[in-house]
Amino acid sequence: MLELALKGSKKYFGWIIALLVLVGIGFGFYLHQLDYGLGITGMSRDVSWGFYIAQFTFLVGVAAGGVMVVTPYYLHDYKAFGRVTILGEFLAIAAITMCLLFILADLGQPMRMFNVLLYPTPTSVLFWDMIVLNGYLFLNIVIGWNVLEAERNNVHYPMWLKPLIYLSIPWAVGIHTVTAFLYCGLPGRGFWLTAILAPRFLASAFAAGPSLLILLCLFIRKFTKFDPGKEQIQSLAKIVAYAICLNVFFFLCEVFVVFYSQIPEHMLHLKYLFMGLHGKASLVPWMWTSMILMVLGIILLVNPATRKNENILALACVTVFVGTWIDKGLGMISGGFVPSPMEHVTEYAPTPPELMITLGVYGAGFLVLTILYKMAISVKEEVRS
Amino acid sequence: MESSRRHFLTIAGLAALGLGAKPVLNALASGSAGEFTGGVDAFKLKPNDKALKAKQWAMVIDTRKIKQASDLEPMIAACNKIHNIPTFEDKRHEIKWIWEDEYHNVFPTAENKFLNDRVEHIPFLVLCNHCENPPCVRACPTKATFKREVDGIVMMDFHRCIGCRFCMAACPYGSRSFNFTDPRPFIKEVNKEFPTRMKGVVEKCDFCAERIDVGQLPACVEASNGILTFGDLYDPKSNVRELLKSNFTIRRKQSLGTEPCVYYIV
Repeated sequence: MLELALKGSKKYFGWIIALLVLVGIGFGFYLHQLDYGLGITGMSRDVSWGFYIAQFTFLVGVAAGGVMVVTPYYLHDYKAFGRVTILGEFLAIAAITMCLLFILADLGQPMRMFNVLLYPTPTSVLFWDMIVLNGYLFLNIVIGWNVLEAERNNVHYPMWLKPLIYLSIPWAVGIHTVTAFLYCGLPGRGFWLTAILAPRFLASAFAAGPSLLILLCLFIRKFTKFDPGKEQIQSLAKIVAYAICLNVFFFLCEVFVVFYSQIPEHMLHLKYLFMGLHGKASLVPWMWTSMILMVLGIILLVNPATRKNENILALACVTVFVGTWIDKGLGMISGGFVPSPMEHVTEYAPTPPELMITLGVYGAGFLVLTILYKMAISVKEEVRS
Repeated sequence: MESSRRHFLTIAGLAALGLGAKPVLNALASGSAGEFTGGVDAFKLKPNDKALKAKQWAMVIDTRKIKQASDLEPMIAACNKIHNIPTFEDKRHEIKWIWEDEYHNVFPTAENKFLNDRVEHIPFLVLCNHCENPPCVRACPTKATFKREVDGIVMMDFHRCIGCRFCMAACPYGSRSFNFTDPRPFIKEVNKEFPTRMKGVVEKCDFCAERIDVGQLPACVEASNGILTFGDLYDPKSNVRELLKSNFTIRRKQSLGTEPCVYYIV
């Protein structure tokens, strides 16, 4: 089926080349990082994880969000989603690819990464994260590929695939739960030390993933002969509406516990993010923007009149996606490190080379996404004609 | 015919991948350490007759004997010198094994608004607590940081560490440092008895395991002029236990259950 991605318009190849250039630039900066060390980033002794790990965390969510089209179709027999499950699965593949690349970019000694396999350590959540992420990547490749090939040949997908599809549903929940466990099991980090972290991660994932999927569906309808469908997009919109409401609700639960109990180790982080601490407040405007965007998203998505207007829906999806991105891709990781365990306030901001490497990884992810979507859409167009 | 050929190619491809993976895996995993096998076993290679022994090493810091920063300098300098600690201009990239800070940074969870004058003004010494229940060891995905079974020292295998920095996030005391770049050009005078580190690995205080194993006390203890006492926590007759019996001591963030082994007499 890969040959389908080799045929396309000038625009398609222009886009592919643009992405390749982006990947190339990012890789160039990565070689510099490999040579000099992670000192080229904005990370420090106090803020020892930065943009890479934050993007990784956010994108695990996007990957898990794909399950929101798989579950209704395979478990609830919601037939309409049959048309878009492949888009959810392929989005998951691209997102997990980026996750793995971000982890690689974050390692101080990437050449030694297979030590995780040579000295397996079940007490380490990172060990389990490695297993669930690679497992989810594998499941989605096998499922997506075989279902699409069956559709192309106009036959039912092979029966051995069914258990894998069912397995992929709890697995999607698993990847984001385990990713949350990376943070929420650490004793000295009050910001993350909360049982609501995994549910919060899932809620934001089920908002961010499907909202990106809606935007992709609208794009596909506009630029290809395949229409993912009005009903499908509306159903996805309702999922985003519920999920973003839950995300904000979970966050407010956290805010209540932290500020009513008034325990400093928990309170200081939220204070830093939303009010600033010891005069340092670089994330404050971002965090409030994130809150405003998420609330705006709720208003636009819960209200049927605005949700059903696809132009406004697109806007709502952008607000939700950007809002959850700031929350998780910017605040969630830095917020946990500021103040430090010794209550020093060291701020973090990514450096230009760090941003270029990040863009390069996003470029690689979109390259994978473009190629996979090109295949999927070509098959859909082929079947329909 | 077509399908069986494709089937064959798939199997052949997978087989080639499998055969190819083993040496690649070995090469990647060993990193730049070459033949070094590393880990717990590496420190069992040379049992020394003179080695000091304990069930769990612990340290008592008598802060009553500290008057000013200059009292701590010899200890910090001794450690930095023998462990090849680099000096970075950029504070973000600092490597610190043992250093000083104020009371309210060292004990943020035991802070009184109105502190005793002496405690308020003297510098406090901080280092790895060599916890009995270390969260960093739990977090490490490669066992590059581990609790040495014989005497409970939390150690680092610099050759196994992949630089994921999970241990730094897990440590509630900020005791760990990461080599954000090659530290070697920033070492004033290299001590050839102790390995220098490379970029991309985490490091921290090792309670001078290398000295203990040849019968010497940790360098900071030796240079401490009686401020530091080092001994076995589980030997009721040890000097550490004598001090704990006769003085009231506190530990950093006791409530977290990590069981730190560095005690402070205040």
